Amino acid sequence: MNLAIKDIRHNLGRFALTTVGVGMLLMIVMGMGGIYRGIIEDATLLIDEVGADLWIVQRNTRGPFAEVSRIPANLVHRALAVPGVQTAREFVYHTIQRERDGKPIRIAVVGLSWPTDKGETLPFVAGRPLALNHFEMIADRRLGLPLGERIRLGKEKYTVVGITENMISSSGDGLAFFTVADALDIQFDIPGEAVRLEREARFARGSLSDYGRKQPALTDSAYLLPSQIPALGPRQISAVMISIVPGTTQRAVASIFAGWSDVSVYTVGEQRDLLLRGPVEKVRRQIGLFRVLLTIIAAIIMALILYTLTLDKLHDIALLKLIGAPNRKILGMILQQALLLGVAGYGIAYVVGMRIFPRFPRRVILTKDDLLQLAVIVLVISVLSSVLGIWKALRVEPNEALSG
Amino acid sequence: MDNEFAIETEGLTKIYGSGNTEVVAMRAATVNVCRGEVIALLGPSGSGKSTFLTAVGLINTPTAGRIRIGGELVVDGPKAHMDLRAFRRRHIGFVFQKSNLIPFLSAIENVQIALEINNWSKAASRKRAMSLLDYLGVADRANHSPSTLSGGQQQRVAVARALANQPSIILADEPTAALDSHLGRQVMELFGKLAHENGTGVVVVTHDQRSLDVFDSVYEMEDGMIRRSEIGILSQTK
Ligand SMILES: Nc1ncnc2c1ncn2[C@@H]1O[C@H](COP(=O)(O)OP(=O)(O)O)[C@@H](O)[C@H]1O
Ligand SMILES: [Mg+2]
Repeated sequence: MNLAIKDIRHNLGRFALTTVGVGMLLMIVMGMGGIYRGIIEDATLLIDEVGADLWIVQRNTRGPFAEVSRIPANLVHRALAVPGVQTAREFVYHTIQRERDGKPIRIAVVGLSWPTDKGETLPFVAGRPLALNHFEMIADRRLGLPLGERIRLGKEKYTVVGITENMISSSGDGLAFFTVADALDIQFDIPGEAVRLEREARFARGSLSDYGRKQPALTDSAYLLPSQIPALGPRQISAVMISIVPGTTQRAVASIFAGWSDVSVYTVGEQRDLLLRGPVEKVRRQIGLFRVLLTIIAAIIMALILYTLTLDKLHDIALLKLIGAPNRKILGMILQQALLLGVAGYGIAYVVGMRIFPRFPRRVILTKDDLLQLAVIVLVISVLSSVLGIWKALRVEPNEALSG
Repeated sequence: MDNEFAIETEGLTKIYGSGNTEVVAMRAATVNVCRGEVIALLGPSGSGKSTFLTAVGLINTPTAGRIRIGGELVVDGPKAHMDLRAFRRRHIGFVFQKSNLIPFLSAIENVQIALEINNWSKAASRKRAMSLLDYLGVADRANHSPSTLSGGQQQRVAVARALANQPSIILADEPTAALDSHLGRQVMELFGKLAHENGTGVVVVTHDQRSLDVFDSVYEMEDGMIRRSEIGILSQTK
């Protein structure tokens, strides 16, 4: 006869409630682990997805993901001339926040190097890559923009032609892909009045200078968009992405760029590290610590619950001792109940978590390793906390069955 | 070890506490209970009856004195001569004032558990438990939880559990206190029957003077001292 099961059957409602409670607690621990993983995955997702070997960024900056990085667009052509470089692409990246239907919408704007990169390699769930070099965008599902939606950013309206999945910036905002030119227009959008004033100022400066008098065409250009006047200032992009010729090493090619005194170069691994140690470092550590704390608290609560479960049975345990039940029968009952509570709680945590986590605003990623680790922790907690109860049970005198 | 005595105690003494709070609950109790004999133990509250019973039941270590059960020396002063719990499991049946059934087991399971801890198989223990409940007239309640049984029914299940392993001795502490006088008498008669049929030695602590004729002998306890009672002799000659 299995005493653990009999007792649970007799107090089914109470055991079920306790198990659900433990399950919810474990679900939170599980979720916190998933959030932690999600932050790391999301942070490096863009870097992994674009698949560049090297990143060339503004000298002494940590790259566009960590801070503002500005380099001239023509660096692409210089980079292409370097031996070992297969392709060099422009990269523009910045985050904007706008309103849509009265709600704030944060978009991480990524510029794709038209026409070499139309976004063909992105994880599409609907739509298509960019087909025009202007006014089209590919949006992540997370942004909630439906296919065909026209959204005004800056002075232009952009049509959503493709939807991707899980393309998220390190701060959890959905990514949207444009051509580099469009991305720059969005980034450097200036209100009409400011533009007008600036144009007049430019015109005035131009026409007053000797330069402008000798070259009247120059003053005409003063009325163009800032991103369209390379003669007055080269286009500024965030970074150049390099892929290397197969057979060469990242290190070897990077060492050439390292010799250029106007830029800094990072391998993809270094860029990842920079990200994890930079912008997401504090969030990551915060959540990591919180997760550890939660695990400890869950352990304490489980131990208390199991200990109380045993305390409630002390009279019955004394009675079992009185009729001569051996210790292994009594310990078995306590241990089995602890394990059952742990296993059932874990199961509930997993099942409920699988339904709830996808609704979280940021990704919650349950990896096999994390799940296994938590399972082991729950098992250890169950055994350790029943040791407390067992210790108490072993000290109960059979006499105590007669009192109370 | 074919001894004519089921229980022999010799100079059994129990002192609770020490110094100012010292209570001598039992003084040099020397009692012999034959196989097949049922004895009653009378006495006012606090006279040490439960102390005597729990000492013989091996759940209360005496300060001094010896206990032999079935001729075997089990306890000598505060030191045990064997694994007392294993000995209890095989040789001693308990019935108490409150039925003391395990609340999460059904009536039949309460009897079964006593058999299973003595290595009875599941099927065999179930069969025997059922026949015991039948013998005690509560077979129809076998699958009920103790909390749904009446006091008398609970007590009968407890008696069935005490009998399960055919113990050498049965110890009952005010087993009828919670029952009406008619049921109380039934339980007492049952003990008599058991003792005489199976050769079990039975000690029953009771306040119920009307059922004394059921017993083979009556002992009285006062201030921790046990002596054979006149009432017993009277009832025996009756
Ligand atoms: N665990 C204990 N600690 C201290 N004193 C006790 C304990 N159990 C019983 N006593 C004392 O021993 C005496 C005898 O008690 P008990 O054997 O329960 O008497 P009875 O069963 O005849 O009413 C009483 O004075 C009681 O207060
Ligand atoms: Mg008493």
